[in-house]
Amino acid sequence: MEKRTGVFSGLKILSYSWAVVGPLTMKFFADHGATVIRIETSLRPCTMRSSAPYKDNKPGLNRGGYFTYYNGNILSFAINMNHPKAADVAQRLVKWCDVFMENYTPGVMERWELDYDSLKKFKPNIIMLRQSGYGSWGPYKNLPAFGMVLVPIAGLPNFIGWPGKEPLPVGVSAYTDCISPRFATAALIAALDHRNKTGKGQMLDLSQFETAISFILPGLLEYEATGKEPERIGNASPNAVPHGVYPCKGDDRWCTIVVSTEEEWGDFCSEIGQPGLVSDPWFDTLENRKLHEDALNKIVANWTVNLTPEDVMSRLQKAGVAAGVVENAKDTLNDPQLRQRNIYWPMEHPEMGRFTHLGQSFQLSKTPAKAYSPAPLLGEHTEQICTEMLGMSDEEFVSLMQEGVFE
Amino acid sequence: MLNHLRALDLTDDKGFLCGKILADLGVNVIKIEKPDGDPSRNIGGYWGGKPQAEKSLYWFAYNSNKKGITLDIEKAKGREIFQKLVKTADFVIESFPPGYMEKLGISYVDFSKNNKKLIWASITPFGPEEPYRDYKDSDIVVMGMSGTLYQTGESDGPPVHISVPQACLHAGSDAAVGCMVAYYHREKTGEGQHVDVSMQQSAAWFQANAVPTYELNGSLLKRAGSFRAGMSTQVAQRQVWRCKDGYVFFNVIGGRTGAKTLSSLVGWMHEEKLATDFLLNMEWDTFDMFTVNQEVMDKISQPVGEFFLRHTSKELLQGAVPRGVSIGPLSSMQDLIDDECLKARGFWTKLEHPELGTSITYPRTYIRSTEMDYSTRFRAPLIGEHNKEVYQGIGFSEKELELLRKEGII
Repeated sequence: MEKRTGVFSGLKILSYSWAVVGPLTMKFFADHGATVIRIETSLRPCTMRSSAPYKDNKPGLNRGGYFTYYNGNILSFAINMNHPKAADVAQRLVKWCDVFMENYTPGVMERWELDYDSLKKFKPNIIMLRQSGYGSWGPYKNLPAFGMVLVPIAGLPNFIGWPGKEPLPVGVSAYTDCISPRFATAALIAALDHRNKTGKGQMLDLSQFETAISFILPGLLEYEATGKEPERIGNASPNAVPHGVYPCKGDDRWCTIVVSTEEEWGDFCSEIGQPGLVSDPWFDTLENRKLHEDALNKIVANWTVNLTPEDVMSRLQKAGVAAGVVENAKDTLNDPQLRQRNIYWPMEHPEMGRFTHLGQSFQLSKTPAKAYSPAPLLGEHTEQICTEMLGMSDEEFVSLMQEGVFE
Repeated sequence: MLNHLRALDLTDDKGFLCGKILADLGVNVIKIEKPDGDPSRNIGGYWGGKPQAEKSLYWFAYNSNKKGITLDIEKAKGREIFQKLVKTADFVIESFPPGYMEKLGISYVDFSKNNKKLIWASITPFGPEEPYRDYKDSDIVVMGMSGTLYQTGESDGPPVHISVPQACLHAGSDAAVGCMVAYYHREKTGEGQHVDVSMQQSAAWFQANAVPTYELNGSLLKRAGSFRAGMSTQVAQRQVWRCKDGYVFFNVIGGRTGAKTLSSLVGWMHEEKLATDFLLNMEWDTFDMFTVNQEVMDKISQPVGEFFLRHTSKELLQGAVPRGVSIGPLSSMQDLIDDECLKARGFWTKLEHPELGTSITYPRTYIRSTEMDYSTRFRAPLIGEHNKEVYQGIGFSEKELELLRKEGII
């Protein structure tokens, strides 16, 4: 295993993680050098391991693209927690770690005696991070959750869709999965700092439901101010016209255009070859453009439809107007800006071959995040962790393995 | 708590959330605005309806727990004062266009030479690199360039965006993480650094399984309207269902997660004599979304859809909780304020706005700790509300402040 450097080198994290929230949180630490052990079992593999797409369309626990993409730099430890001898191994792992994180449905950790009070018995200054759908306590604690249902429960689809039509899901369906990990990571680092200074551990409890509300808070305050529930407004904006998505040349190609100021409106009209629109009484002010938005959107679409989105973007941006390509996954993989910014990490994976793993979302000037290892095969590091990190003898490891502890 | 730390927050709406998260963690965050107020105070809506800089709800939402001062850093004297303030700061957070601070001679590079410990976060639409460095941004433009907008919308219509700005929240929360990682490093080594956040990159960080799907199959996850794309090779997976008084989101999925929810849901339907024989005889433990065909999917969807139609969204949530059924009734804003779980967890709090003669309900905390109280303690600052406190803290007398005010520096 390559030596891990970086801000968190030497930090030891044990993670009972599920789906996307766990890995995104782990990654913030693993990508900056922490040793992160993810507990798994082949008896109930993470839903991501059994999610399409698969390499060559052949299902397999180590062939899933969804799992691989999000689990770079993580080590995998396989253990059957229901085996009578598992508890002892789990306790040794707890004693090994600095941080214990989990995002299972509350009740599971309690059942395995890995709740905060139990963990403290093995490791008094442990830091525990819990991130379930609705929080580890409260009336919904036993309700299983995942991003697809948290998006509507947190109210997001009220803000997505066309007037008079049904609310729409966020296309990246488990959208809330990327919110909680950011709050959790900031809080966890504060907790580590606190422990370094006082010797005290703590438990952090986040609810994905609650953190998701932070992403619609202005809408909620608007409701408090006006008593009016949000209306779906498509791609329009009260502050800018044109404001929207327009069709372009090619199959399912689109661009965005936003004209915010009168100066931009003038520049926009010149660029699309219709300088007369500037003083057209239908379009001369924001108010009038808003009033005749549908008609204006048709004029804009008539111009964009003969151009590629890349052309629209570069021409309008050159003219000083905000515009962009509506990028699909292929576009983001090839986006010149994103490519420079280290968001994708191609790594050689034993079953997937050379495969793109997700990198980091921001850059640090002196301690860059780094790709150390591809997503783990299920249980890939079990033996190494037992013998090298837990100090287990080879004999004991083999005997536990033969008894089925490491499944 | 991190209340021994100070952050200067010069961001506009592109970066509010960064300082908000740090402030919740205890950092003394000082919002620095132009003397006539930050332009982002002009983002609607407003308390009372009329556009007024002191009543912007967007400002309220992401600036609570911060103090506020005014300062014109475009004036030479303003820059001098800024330099004094930076000496007292652990973090500087800004969201000016790339190159703006450099031109004024008050960029990270200028300060870091003599202040090795300083942590400086820059939030820009696309980052300081070409080709997009100077591109104009707007939320829909940035979300479009992040791969996420493309996937949202009806299958036969254009992509549709989320009408509450999102890219700034991805970027702001990433900047908070970046500041904390940098802080951890500084505590170990004494060395500060630059945190460089691009809204495009932060928003592109979570595209669900779109990138691996393209890489493995060469296919693009398309908009699927009320359905969900990419989870099955043969069938469409419905996400949005009608219920008696609104909408409920529910996915028929396989694996452990799916088996638990589907068997509980069928049990619930059976209690009400609405489960078909087909549903009762399904083996949910081995149900596989990857191989299921449309005929089976229809036999599941039809009775489930009818069941939802008979219930209100509130009944569905209340019934789901004891049975452990993972469904998502769409919450209205009022539903959120009334939500039983949020109430029981003390999620909401009322913050006083004395100048409005009212209090407003806000989230109390996003982070609960057994050691710390990370609650929101006070509302967002008025323009220049803490000028006296902060400037006197770095040695300005009341007279000097009066002069600075007259000169339009603060």
